Amino acid sequence: MHDYSDVIIIGGGIIGCAAAYYLRKKGLSVIVLEKSCHIGNGGSGRNGGGVRQSGRDVRELPLAMYAVKHMWPGLSEELGVDVEYCQEGNLRLGKTEEHLNILQGLTKKASSCGLDVRMLDGEEVRRMNPYLSGEVVGASFCPTDGHANPLKATLGYYMRARELGARFITGEEVRGIRKIKGKARQVVTKHNIYEGDKIILAAGYESRDIAATVGIDIPMSNVLIEALVTEAQPPMFAQMLGTAGADFYGHQTKHGSFVFGGESGFEQVNRDSGHMAVSSVTASCTCRGILRYIPKLARAKIVRTWAGYEDVCIDGVPVISPVEEAPGMILACAFTGHGFGIAPVTGYLLAQMAAGEKTSLDLSAFRYDRFRPVI
Amino acid sequence: MTDRTKDPGMFVPEPDDDRIICRCEEITKGEIRRAVHAGMFTLTEIRRFLRTGMGLCQGQTCGGMVRQIVAKELQVPPDTLEPATARAPMRPVEMWVLAREGGEEDA
Repeated sequence: MHDYSDVIIIGGGIIGCAAAYYLRKKGLSVIVLEKSCHIGNGGSGRNGGGVRQSGRDVRELPLAMYAVKHMWPGLSEELGVDVEYCQEGNLRLGKTEEHLNILQGLTKKASSCGLDVRMLDGEEVRRMNPYLSGEVVGASFCPTDGHANPLKATLGYYMRARELGARFITGEEVRGIRKIKGKARQVVTKHNIYEGDKIILAAGYESRDIAATVGIDIPMSNVLIEALVTEAQPPMFAQMLGTAGADFYGHQTKHGSFVFGGESGFEQVNRDSGHMAVSSVTASCTCRGILRYIPKLARAKIVRTWAGYEDVCIDGVPVISPVEEAPGMILACAFTGHGFGIAPVTGYLLAQMAAGEKTSLDLSAFRYDRFRPVI
Repeated sequence: MTDRTKDPGMFVPEPDDDRIICRCEEITKGEIRRAVHAGMFTLTEIRRFLRTGMGLCQGQTCGGMVRQIVAKELQVPPDTLEPATARAPMRPVEMWVLAREGGEEDA
């Protein structure tokens, strides 16, 4: 049958594209269905490019550490696309005593999992990054963290997977998954029905409605957040920056521009127009946040702002899991705004799962049935 | 609905492939044509992959030319290609200006 493949992937973001690539390397046939006209048009094309281990939930840390150790360093070479991976560390900045307490807590937790993270005082931070203002009184530093270009990484996986024979279909909106003889087997779209032995559902928040067609629900919300980018600046610093106060995060790209993300505080109640419009207040709020830490950027020009959805899980870590009630179906969603850094390893593990192999890492913390009511 | 297995044919070098199309980001005609052959079938994907139209002018200079080149490579009429999304601000704005929207106290 023409629309049959070993694995059907729903969602052409970086997770779907990476899974398609690793599946093709194993020789399995793959069809990727993407609702948008563009590959990587959700969070994959809109995130801040962090490749961090520090600051992560301890459940997620093994994935991030694996990706940083085994996948990111060779990714440009493997894909034949410069994904602009830069491993110069992550500074999480603090301005108050309270911030330093938060940072110490995070540092202690991550260290106990074997990650090299250490606390720096204000002077040490400014020796490392002389552009930071005197308001910064300390920071946590993880030397093996870094950043990469999410656009190039997503499209790079797509390009290589396509070259290897993965079939990508864009503008193909999935309506639901259908069970045949008790197994998840068919994917019904607006135009067609596709059939596969395995179905990977990696469609961000939209995974929720699709999973509901086989009676599965993941407790997550859809949060619209914003980012912005400056014109190219002379090279200033290479670290990824974040803050204990969550004022902003960001880095200088290889191109020279700075990409920053920030929040206005209204994200949970933003009016949702459905087309990812930026609000009138967030860019200004983010700029105020940034300039208190990096006053030198005052005259840097903002050239673009944009918004994107985060699929925020109720307990802050993703669902990466086979679904027992619908054998053959594998969920990969609810990445909660930190999916990019672990996307390569997630794609790799999904491919192992779909191929029926034992996964290289234990994924039991990411099961779909881990959620319990409070009482 | 677009099946991306569609093959735009062999990449055939053209004499003016090294002509710069996006002047802000210095992207050549040949790079744009090659990206189409690598699977970038929409103006948005071309922009994200190559940075055409992501510089200071935000594509106001090269947008039309990129569209013509991509359409020709895909063998489709140029007006069938959806434009890449225009993004605020309309003109580049210095960060301190955005930051002090609330007046002097924000400065």
